[in-house]
Amino acid sequence: MTRYVVTRLGLLVVGLAVASAIIFLTLRVLPGDVAQLIAGTNGTPAQVEGIREQLGLNQPLLVQYLDWMGGVLRGDLGTSLLTGTPVADELVQKAQVTVPLGILSLSIAIAFSVPLGVASAIWRGHRRGTIMSVSAQTLAAVPVVWAGMILVVIFAVWLGWLPAQGFPRAGWADPAAAVRSLILPAITIGVVEGAMLLRFVRSATLQAVGQDYVRTAAAKGLTRTTALIRHGLPNVGLSVITVLGLQVAGIIVGAVIIEQLFSLPGIGRMLVADVSARDLPKVQGELLALTAFVLIVGFFVDLLHRVLDPRQRESV
Amino acid sequence: MTPADSAITASGAPRDRRPARPRARWLRRVWAVPTGRFGICVVLALVLVALCARIWTPFDPQQVDVQNRWLPPSWPHLLGTDGAGRDILSLVMAGAGTTVWVALGSAVIATIIGVALASLGALTTRWVRESVAVVIDILIAFPVLLVAMMISAVWGGSLWVVIWSVGLGFGVNIARVTRPELRRVMHSDFVIAGTAAGLTPTQNLWRHLLPNVAPVFIVQLSWAMAVAVLAEAGLSYLGFGAPVTEPSWGVLLQDLQTYLTVYPLAVLWPGLAITVTVLGLNLLGDGIREASDPTLASRSGAARASRTHMPEVVS
Repeated sequence: MTRYVVTRLGLLVVGLAVASAIIFLTLRVLPGDVAQLIAGTNGTPAQVEGIREQLGLNQPLLVQYLDWMGGVLRGDLGTSLLTGTPVADELVQKAQVTVPLGILSLSIAIAFSVPLGVASAIWRGHRRGTIMSVSAQTLAAVPVVWAGMILVVIFAVWLGWLPAQGFPRAGWADPAAAVRSLILPAITIGVVEGAMLLRFVRSATLQAVGQDYVRTAAAKGLTRTTALIRHGLPNVGLSVITVLGLQVAGIIVGAVIIEQLFSLPGIGRMLVADVSARDLPKVQGELLALTAFVLIVGFFVDLLHRVLDPRQRESV
Repeated sequence: MTPADSAITASGAPRDRRPARPRARWLRRVWAVPTGRFGICVVLALVLVALCARIWTPFDPQQVDVQNRWLPPSWPHLLGTDGAGRDILSLVMAGAGTTVWVALGSAVIATIIGVALASLGALTTRWVRESVAVVIDILIAFPVLLVAMMISAVWGGSLWVVIWSVGLGFGVNIARVTRPELRRVMHSDFVIAGTAAGLTPTQNLWRHLLPNVAPVFIVQLSWAMAVAVLAEAGLSYLGFGAPVTEPSWGVLLQDLQTYLTVYPLAVLWPGLAITVTVLGLNLLGDGIREASDPTLASRSGAARASRTHMPEVVS
């Protein structure tokens, strides 16, 4: 186990290094002159030179990169070009919207996809099962923006139950309003992500149906469904955990789009605004934070999988 | 094709045993699977609409007609008009062209990157192989949308950004799936026979390895195009994809969102177009896989259904 943890940790560190290098190089090297880009076409040579000085662009690339990484390790993700505020502070502030949104979305996705996925596998060949799997297939093809628009029309415009847009100015000081404004966005992401998860749960369950131990349990006198639920489901749970990392990445992507649709002041919306404004140092920090998050989640998912799966534990 | 067929080819039997007919049979097999049939129909319809829109649309998609703003679906505006009086049916039809273009472009780039990475990761010396595997594992963690935003932060948004980011993202994905497949095929008898018969590694790659992993590859490509369609819509919606002057389903969604609360019906059409297209491409992939995988055909329905594809990170 220890050996596995060390190897996996090594892979995580390499992953973070490669990711940061890719982000750094894409944002620094590709465009040619970052300073010119930031100053715009109307920038005077003096302005361009000033920006170059301010960003340390005159130094060799490697020094710039190490400088940036050194700052990151001390918790300094850089400062915004436009507002001058530290990126880390803004991320923490915006995370107050995005993190609850993400958790809520993930919970909704799991809560609806796991039972329905298992049910649609058990009912395979029956009409109910077919309907469920066709709907999941269709739902997984729906663009998340459009799903959000339809939910807004139904629940905000026609029924008037929930706000169509926005987040209370008071933030979490007004918890009820804050939660109310997150419900529709979370359902949108949760349903679309959940539809993909459902298909995965269904195929994992179908795989479990064919396993010897489930057949043996059924042969010993359990009904097929009980045998599946008691002996097959732990394995389904394991495979669901393996795709959890992918789900988290999917939810981040969903949040970028959905926060835009619902005008939520979260990390995704901030990223969209910064990319449009070409606030490169800020974009660099935000992208690193998001990618690092995905990689770290993947690390913990792998560890969790290792701990929970007795077969893998013994083989080490 | 089965290993037995290739063994014959490897040992020098006439190579014209394979062309034309088996390929037509292959298409027929895809058609025989319900999902494949649906997929083929959708793709054909999409391409036809896109071609048709180049020559003829009911109205000029960009023609502003202020007197006829927000018409409900009626004759002659079958799907109604938007806030500038533009005909929505024409806009959706014209958007199909953009979608086809992005899907094809991404597929080409994904193919190039996928083949290159998979070959590097499967056919080279051990340390190159292993490091490529690690790199693939790392790159897979980058969501396509974030890659696209990273590129557009530098170059500004355009359809090329969508094409490149989906191509890169899915190329890596394809490499991850194809690499083990290549490794597996590499140790099959017919490849070893090919080497023994004096084929160079490159000849072996083109003649035996790639044709054998092609089904896996094409399936992935079909799913990649589905992702491309979704990514184009998402990115164009955010303003990093198609420019506002270009007809695009994502841009159209973004346009119509402004008056979503007043004219909710209009938003239905571009969204439906995206959903049907993505569903068609996804099912086409499923169908091709079911039709081309000989190991699936002989299995029971449950085993076959249990191999539906892993969820991908989509926008």
